[in-house]
Amino acid sequence: MSGPMKAAVFILGAPLLCGGCVGIQSPLDTHGDHAALIAVLSWVMFIGATLISLGVVGVTAYAMFGDRERRARFLDRRLIIGGGILFPTATLTALLIHSLILANRLVAVTADDKPLRIEVIGEQWWWRVHYLDEQGQRAFTTANEVRIPVGQPIEFILTTADVIHSFWIPSLGGKLDMIPGHVNRLRLKADRAGVLRGQCAEYCGGAHALMAFFAVVETPEHFAAWYDGQRTPARQPADPFLIKGRDLFLSSGCGGCHAIRGTAAAGVIGPDLTHIGSRRSIGAGLYPVNAGTLAGWIVDSQHLKPENRMPSFNVFTGEELRALAAYLQSLK
Amino acid sequence: MNGRRGIDCRGAQGKVRLLLVCLPLLLAGCDGAAPAGGQNIGDAENGRRVIARVECGVCHVIPGVSGARGTVGPSLQGFASRNFIAGVVVNEPAVLVQWVRDAPSLAPHTAMPALPIDETEARDVAAYLQGLR
Repeated sequence: MSGPMKAAVFILGAPLLCGGCVGIQSPLDTHGDHAALIAVLSWVMFIGATLISLGVVGVTAYAMFGDRERRARFLDRRLIIGGGILFPTATLTALLIHSLILANRLVAVTADDKPLRIEVIGEQWWWRVHYLDEQGQRAFTTANEVRIPVGQPIEFILTTADVIHSFWIPSLGGKLDMIPGHVNRLRLKADRAGVLRGQCAEYCGGAHALMAFFAVVETPEHFAAWYDGQRTPARQPADPFLIKGRDLFLSSGCGGCHAIRGTAAAGVIGPDLTHIGSRRSIGAGLYPVNAGTLAGWIVDSQHLKPENRMPSFNVFTGEELRALAAYLQSLK
Repeated sequence: MNGRRGIDCRGAQGKVRLLLVCLPLLLAGCDGAAPAGGQNIGDAENGRRVIARVECGVCHVIPGVSGARGTVGPSLQGFASRNFIAGVVVNEPAVLVQWVRDAPSLAPHTAMPALPIDETEARDVAAYLQGLR
């Protein structure tokens, strides 16, 4: 390969290396202190490991191709003790101390901060989310999405309803397992607004790869407005087509698994749908919310997300399906 | 080059050169996504992005759109050569633009809902579908 060729390959290949550095689900595109600390540790290790690897390769090459007299220097016992024992010991000790200090800062709790507490329960294969009020009571329930205000400490209270899951919003901080019979607490804080994506980071069965969620970081004012909206029951439709959709929802038994606050539907097996129209996704981060995706999901959820707990309901006429989807979409 | 512009195709070297120049044309057939239709109703490439954003693929198989493998509605493979849309209205550009945006206005019993796209996006989507031969 000629010089210019190599340069071309390098330039074309470089974006691939940086592909993971930006985007809504990158630990290097940080939106908060915790992720920033972890990113620094990542870079220290990445650059350090690169330098050490280059050094080792260089010494190996020298030992193989250097002239005989110079190679004899490698027989010096001090070099072996220094490079083989002292250097790794010092480096790894420094790294251990750095990571212990970092871990301490990641879990630090100052007495005066009042965190917003959000309980997240992992279920195969979606996220049940309860926002807690200042008394620790559940203020409202949602699913597959967390919204948080910029600048306020958040305490995620993490557990699971079935198997082990792992809660991870890479741009905000490290991952933490959700363990049966155990409650884990994760402190995070976002320092700038944005839409981030999180994902289950522990294999949890068939649809594990399709178990994602969105984390929306917004200004305190926007967050407060959203919070108040979420506490209210679903708006009752006035449009005849939407009324038809609501009546179908109730008469078809959707309420056996789903709740829509303000109606008779009070199921707790599946996600609460009170404000589904205001969410960013259905199917746990799988599809955006619109009349088309909602209709398709109702009819064919087993094809779209195999093994998920919702059966495909191929029981509606075309018009009924549209009414049902339109009603769900109207639940802002 | 005797002062001429263009490719000198004479001799063995010239033939190799011609082959190299034409190679990309062969590759053009490798991308199933590229619509071949010359319809100017909209920007087909943008249409593809709109289809991906709205996730039409929840219900349809759509060649060239990643993840579009839905089985709720018909596959859109070879859509441009269909005579009817959903077996209800004639498959011509103006009708298709209206269909992708607001199917119930053309077929009250359809399961396909009105979708959140504007007129320009509907034209782009129609342009993309017209290229599915």
